[in-house]
Parts: sequence; C-alpha cells; structure tokens
Amino acid sequence: MNTLILISVLPILLLYLGLYKAKNALLPVTVIGLLAAAGLAIKEWNTFPAPVYSGMMLFNNYAIAFSVITIFCTVLILLLSKDYFEKISSNVAEYYAIILFALAGIIVMVSYNNLVMLFIGIEIMSVSLYILAGIRKRDIASNEASLKYFLMGAFSTGFLLFGITLIYGATSSFDLTVIRDWIITHPRDGEFVYLFYTGILLIIIGLSFKLGAAPFHFWTPDVYEGSPTLITAFMSTVVKTAGIAAFLRLFTVCFVTVSDYWVPVLTGITVITLFVGNITALYQHSFKRMLAYSSISHAGYLLFAVVSISSGSNSAVFTYATAYSIASIAAFGVLLLIQQNHGNDNFESFDGLGKRNPFLAAVLTIAMLSLAGIPLTAGFIGKFFVFSAALSRMHVWMVVLAVLNAIISIYYYFKVIIAMYFRVGNETEIEVPGYFSFVLGLSALLTLIIGVYPGFIASFI
Amino acid sequence: MTVSILIFLPLVAAVIVYLLKNDAAKYAALFFAVAELVVAGVMITKFVPDSSVQFVTDAEWMPKLGIYFTAGVNGISLIMVLLNVLLVPIIILSSFNRPQQNANIFYALILFMQAGMLVVFTALDGFLFYVGWEAALIPIYFICALWGGENRIRITLKFFIYTFAGSLFMLLAIIYLHLQTPQRTYDINHFYDLHLSLKEQSFVFWAFFLAFAIKMPVFPFHTWQPDTYTEAPTAGTMMLSGIMLKMGVYGAIRWMIPVAPNAFDKYQYIIITLAVIGIIYASIIAFKQRDGKRLVAYSSIAHVGLIAAGIFAWTASGVQGALIQSLNHGINVVGMFFIWDIISRRLNTRDIGQMGGIASAAPKFAIAFLIVLLGTVALPLTNGFIGEFLLLNGVYEYNIFLSAAAGLTIIFGAVYMLRMYKNVMQGQTNELTVLFTDLTGNEKLVLCCISALIIFLGIYPQSVMHLSDAAVMDLVKTVNTKIVNGALEAITK
Repeated sequence: MNTLILISVLPILLLYLGLYKAKNALLPVTVIGLLAAAGLAIKEWNTFPAPVYSGMMLFNNYAIAFSVITIFCTVLILLLSKDYFEKISSNVAEYYAIILFALAGIIVMVSYNNLVMLFIGIEIMSVSLYILAGIRKRDIASNEASLKYFLMGAFSTGFLLFGITLIYGATSSFDLTVIRDWIITHPRDGEFVYLFYTGILLIIIGLSFKLGAAPFHFWTPDVYEGSPTLITAFMSTVVKTAGIAAFLRLFTVCFVTVSDYWVPVLTGITVITLFVGNITALYQHSFKRMLAYSSISHAGYLLFAVVSISSGSNSAVFTYATAYSIASIAAFGVLLLIQQNHGNDNFESFDGLGKRNPFLAAVLTIAMLSLAGIPLTAGFIGKFFVFSAALSRMHVWMVVLAVLNAIISIYYYFKVIIAMYFRVGNETEIEVPGYFSFVLGLSALLTLIIGVYPGFIASFI
Repeated sequence: MTVSILIFLPLVAAVIVYLLKNDAAKYAALFFAVAELVVAGVMITKFVPDSSVQFVTDAEWMPKLGIYFTAGVNGISLIMVLLNVLLVPIIILSSFNRPQQNANIFYALILFMQAGMLVVFTALDGFLFYVGWEAALIPIYFICALWGGENRIRITLKFFIYTFAGSLFMLLAIIYLHLQTPQRTYDINHFYDLHLSLKEQSFVFWAFFLAFAIKMPVFPFHTWQPDTYTEAPTAGTMMLSGIMLKMGVYGAIRWMIPVAPNAFDKYQYIIITLAVIGIIYASIIAFKQRDGKRLVAYSSIAHVGLIAAGIFAWTASGVQGALIQSLNHGINVVGMFFIWDIISRRLNTRDIGQMGGIASAAPKFAIAFLIVLLGTVALPLTNGFIGEFLLLNGVYEYNIFLSAAAGLTIIFGAVYMLRMYKNVMQGQTNELTVLFTDLTGNEKLVLCCISALIIFLGIYPQSVMHLSDAAVMDLVKTVNTKIVNGALEAITK
C-alpha cells in the first residue's frame, strides 16, 4: 500500500518543485519516485495480503503485477517527455503532477476490494485525463478532445455508478467478497435477482466506455487524435491496462459463478469491438488515428480473456497488456519524432525511414510485428495466451473470428513497414535524443525477449 | 551431436553475416551454408535408418505451459533437412552475379530463413513447429519486398497475408490439440496418441489443411503463387519454391494426417480430387504462358499437385514418392529458375516469343538447360522419374481414374517444357539472342552441382530413399491402423 501513498505524495512534491522553478529536477524526481514506488510494490510480492482500510483495498500479487507494469510504462512515457512538455507549455510541473495523480487512480483501480474504491479509482484517473487531454489550452483539437472525453466519461460514470447502486441494492454491500458470497447463497430466482443482473450489465457498459470497447468507443479516435501525442500514448497503454485489470478483477472475484449470464453479452461486445476497431483502422491515413483504432481492436483481444474467464485469464491479460503497451509506447515514440520532423503523421511521413534512420525503422518494425502478433515478438505470446484461454473454454467460433481480425490487422500494420522500407522519401536526417534511443531500444529489446522467452513474464501471475 | 547445432548454426551465421560488409558477407554466407551442409552430412552418415527419432535436443522453454524446445530427426525429416542444406548453398552461390544492394541483409535473411525452416523440419513440439513456421515467413517477406520486381509491394503483402492466415488456423489446431492432451503438452507423440472424436478431428484437420494447402499451394489456394514467384528476386523464388513449399508437404505427412486420421479418411477423396484438378488446371495455364518464369511457376503448381495427390493417397509408395519428389522437385525447380535468371539477366526479358537459337550461341548453357529440363519432365535416369513413378503408383493404388488424370501432368509437362526449350534455345538466333554469352564461372559451378544431383539421384535414388523407408512404413501403418479402428468403432456404435 506504500506504493499508493508514495505515488499520491509525489505529485505534491512536484508541484512545489514547479513553484520554486526547479524545472530540471522534475523528471529525475518523478522517475526516481516511481521506481521507488515500483520497488515498494515488488517488496510485497507473495506476502499473503490481507484487505486493508476496512477491506477497501487488497494489494495482492495481481495488484502488484499490474501496478508494476503500469508504473513501468509510465516511466517509459515520461522519459520520452523530456523536452516535449517544455515545448507546449510553460507550466511543466503540472503535467508530471497530473499524470501521477492519474497513476494513483490507476493503482486504486487495480487493487480495489470494494466497488466504491473502483469508482473512486476510475474517477481520480478520469478527471486527471480530462485535464491532460485538453492541456494545450489554445489548441482547438485539444479542447475538443477534452470536452468530448469529459462528456462521454461523465456519461459512462453514470452507468457505472448506477450499476454499482443496483448491486448494492441487491446485496447490501460494496465489498467484493460479500457480493461473491451473496451470489453463492442466493439462488437465481431470489428477490433482488433482477436488480443484481441489471447491475452487472450497467457495470459492463460503464467499464466498456472506459476501455474504449465498441459500441461505446466513439470518443476514442477523436480524443486520441486531439490529445498531445504523449498523453495519447499514456491513455492507450497505461489507462487501457488499468481498465482491463479492473474489469478482470471484478469479474473473476465476484461474477465468475454467474458467468453464463454475462458471458454472452460480453461476447457480443468483444466481437463487435474486434471488427469495428480493425475495419475502421484499415481506412485511416494518419498513423496516429490508425493506432487509435487499432487500440480499440486490442481492447477486443483483452476482453477475450475476460470472456473466456479461467485460471489462465490473469496471465493472458497481463502478458497481452504488457506486450501491447510496450509495443505501443515504441510506436508512439517514433511517431512523436516523425511528427516533430514532418509536422504531420500520415503514412507518407514514414516513407524511406528505413534508409534515413535504420534504428527508428527497426524499432517501429518490431513494434508493428508485435502488435500484429507475429512469432518471436511479445505480441504473439499475448495472442497465443488469449487464444489458448478462449479455446480452453471451447469458444472455437469466437477464436476463428479473432483470427480473421488478426489477418485484417496485418494489412494496416504493414502499411507503415512498407512505407519505411519500400518507398522513397525525403532524405532529411532525424535527430534521435538520447532518452528516446534508450526508451525505444529498451521497448524493442523487451518485445523480443518476451517473444523468445515468455517464461520471464508469464511467471509473474 | 544434436539437432540444435543444425538449427543454431545458420542463426548465428545470420548475425555474423549481417555485421559484415557486402563482398565479405557474400562469401561468409556461402561458407556458413557449406558448413551447414557438412554438419548435416555428418549427421546423415551417423543416422541409423530405422523409424526412430534421433539426435534429439530437449530443453526447457516454458515448462509451465508444456512447451519444450524438443527437436530431432527421423527419416522423413532427414530428407527435408537434406533438401534444405543442399539447396541453400546453391541458392546463395547462384545469386552471386546479381549486383546486390545491402548484400549483408540479403544473405542474413536467407540464413535466418534457413534456420526457421530447419526448425519446422525437426520440431517435435507443436509450439516450436509453429514458431519455426512463422520465423521462416518473415525473412522471405522482406527478401521479396526489398529486392523484388515492380509490383512487389502489393503482391508480397498478398502473399504474406495469405500464408499468415493459413498458419493462424494451424495455430488454433495446435492449441486445441494441446488442450486435449491429458498432460497438457505440445509433444508430437502425445498428439499422435490422442483419441479424438470425428468432429474434433475434422476441425483439426481442416485447420491444418488450410495452412499446408496455402503453403504448397494446392488448388484453389494457389492464387498468390504465380505472382509472388514472378515478382520475387530469383533467390527468393528459389527459397520459396525449392524449400519453403515443402514445409506444407512435410506438415501434411507428419503433423496433419497422423493426428486426424479418421477425418482424413472421410475427406480424402475431396482433397485428392482438388490436387488432381490443380495438376490439370496448372498444366493448361502453363501452356499459355509467354513469360518463362511464370511458366515455371505454373509447372511447379502442377508438380506439387502431384506430390499432394501422392500424400493424400496415403500409401507407402505415395508418401515415399512425395518425400523423394520434394527433394527432386526442389533441385529441378531451383535449376529452372536459375536458368531463367541467366536468360533474363542476359536479355532483359523473359518473353519466350522473342527468343530463339540460344543453343547455337551458348552450347554449354544449352546442355545444362537440357539436363535440368529432362529432370523436370521426369525422364527415366533423371531424378524426377523415380518420384513421379512412386507418386503415380501411390495414387493408382487409391483410384485408377485419378491416377490416369494425374498422369497427364507428365505428358503435359513434357509438351510445354519441350516447346519452351524449342522456342528459346533452338532455331535461328535473332537480334536479341545473337550475342548471348555462354556460362561464366559461378554459373557453371551452380549448374554443374544441379546437373550432378539430377543425374546421381536419377541413377541411384536409393541413396536417399533408404533414409526414410522405415519411418514412412511405420507412419503409414500406424495411421492406417487408426483409420481401421476408427471405422470399426463407428460401426459398433
């Protein structure tokens, strides 16, 4: 739990640093603080956790694994931000502080043991994100993104809260274990059973909004496109990971015994999400929008593991989310450099990158292969786990649909590989700052390591 | 000695070659390919030709998930390994004349691909098999798309999506089989021991079939092939047609039919019929081709169709024929593509109609061309003969009419190949062909190697066939027993 405390205190410290104009200290302090927080989390690994704060939170291995991976990804993204925030704003400390507030919400989201904490976690994260999306005050697109995100977010919060209320109405508790016991002791035709099941449905809708799963995905592309690229990277990786972790935690702990009720609903959502994400991604001309839509389809693959809820779901989701996040961070990192260099992010901007800067091209290629799920990359292992989990529950047709989607996705992921290697572009040099080299190199390396030797990550959960 | 040397040598070689400069990379690649041939040669001399799996490597990979790095060779794999290690040095040598940009990347990709394919041919673990399968695909995509012809981008993407689609379904089948094993393992022997219902077998069977049919390619999954073969650089085409498509042949024999024998029995006639349709269809299209490389590509579909028919007839001679013909087809088709590479490099065109009289301008070339051609049309005492004979024999044992139809490939093949030879090589020289220069140093070397193999394997095929005899017999018998038992079970139910 010290992790959460540290991450909540750290932003306040950062704001003071900002106040006293210690700009250069911001990044080191944040990174060191986050690494310390991750260290504190790892220290609690395998320590038979008890619920804390009157049973509100449970910092078990599941929570630790997801906390560490979200913290790690945040560190990678912050390292990319070295000069980025200075360029778009004069109040840099706020960026770091707000991102860390969002992260604090995320830690709550992955370690809650009570529906109220789930709600609070989501709100802490969401409110921070509304601000981050609109942080470029004078940019219309950024404003639009923020407003859209806020309206949609508020809407989805309503669903979530209503769902929680109904479940409270049925079970008279917010506590996950109490709710679970209630399901076991109350047969399906009890007094409040309709309240309860409606509650589950509304929670699914609320969480699907947050994850960007279809048909609740309409905000995603615009918000992703309008937000500053690094914030987009944060939203589509860390936030998505947290969303799915919260989703999975709730459904594995509480609702697993009534899975035949909600699995068909979620199956529908998953299949629609896969197709909507993939097919719309096909038609994008902008790399950033393509990533936004493809992130919808990845939400679909992640939900797959929830649908096929089993002992393997946790490690499937964890591995998939890790693989996806790392590859996306690499992709967004390269995108950022290209954007700064070309002023736009169309696929044409990547033409000839293979010649101009083989390192960037190689990193982006590995990231794309991983997102597409090609063997020897982490993405393949993620898909492999997800498919295994689904097949173990005999969802053969769903897996076949997922495979069709994987085939479609090749087309748009390869668009950028084709642009980089097989087309001729302008020859201007792209300067890669040291921080970028480090983050991109590390992401590519991790993608390959997990791809070749997945035991390294799958053993976490 | 273990198979891991065989697998990791080209992998290490690929890294070394990548780090070298252009010319050094070229020679290093050749050196490593020959070294690999020597390793395989030593392995073959030590191999005891029975049906067991030998030189096994067994290492933990993801033991928690039942995934092990298990690889080894039996007679069936060994022929494929032999094909692989024989052809790669020839292919590398044959591409020496092409001025290559970034030669280090080119040769590194070829060696990486070789490693991937060797994994496929030796894997005893389903997961490993799949990883090798895809690991071989990525380099060939880049080879084709970086060094290919004009339309390479669109065509190679189509090729990639096609083959990737097929292999994903295979992945599903492999995971499915894994989930059915009581020990939760990917071990091939445990897959063999599974007792699946006909419905389950059918699912597994078609999922595997998609992957293998696209790779080979069997009609109607062939549409990617002629375009890709035409657009790919010659070395890429050779890798694809010479070795890579044999992954499909090998997979069908070793992975698909033994794990789903009853489903195979049920759908056998459909698939053989498809294969035979493919033979006739491709032969007829080959007649019409004016582009030499395309003609060879279509003739390859016909030949592979016969191999497929032989496998699916599932008799000892059919399977044995499929193996030996895979080796021989690899040698012949590499020779054929190399010949067309020489012609198109000299004349800047592959249009058969514009040529003629090359034989008088380049007699050595004419002899080499003739030998490769005779091997391709399966003249007795050339390597093509024994394979086609066994294949037709195998299909005959299944169904005499199908065998007769499949036999047309030999007649058709002889007609369009000899007609091609006549149009290209014989007659009067014209403006285009009059200055055709004869073979140069390494072209001579490549064609000598290929001709020697064609004649040696034509006269003494037993030198290779004895390797796989026992393994084939054993496998065919096991599967047939399973089919009979399955049928009996169905009756008693």
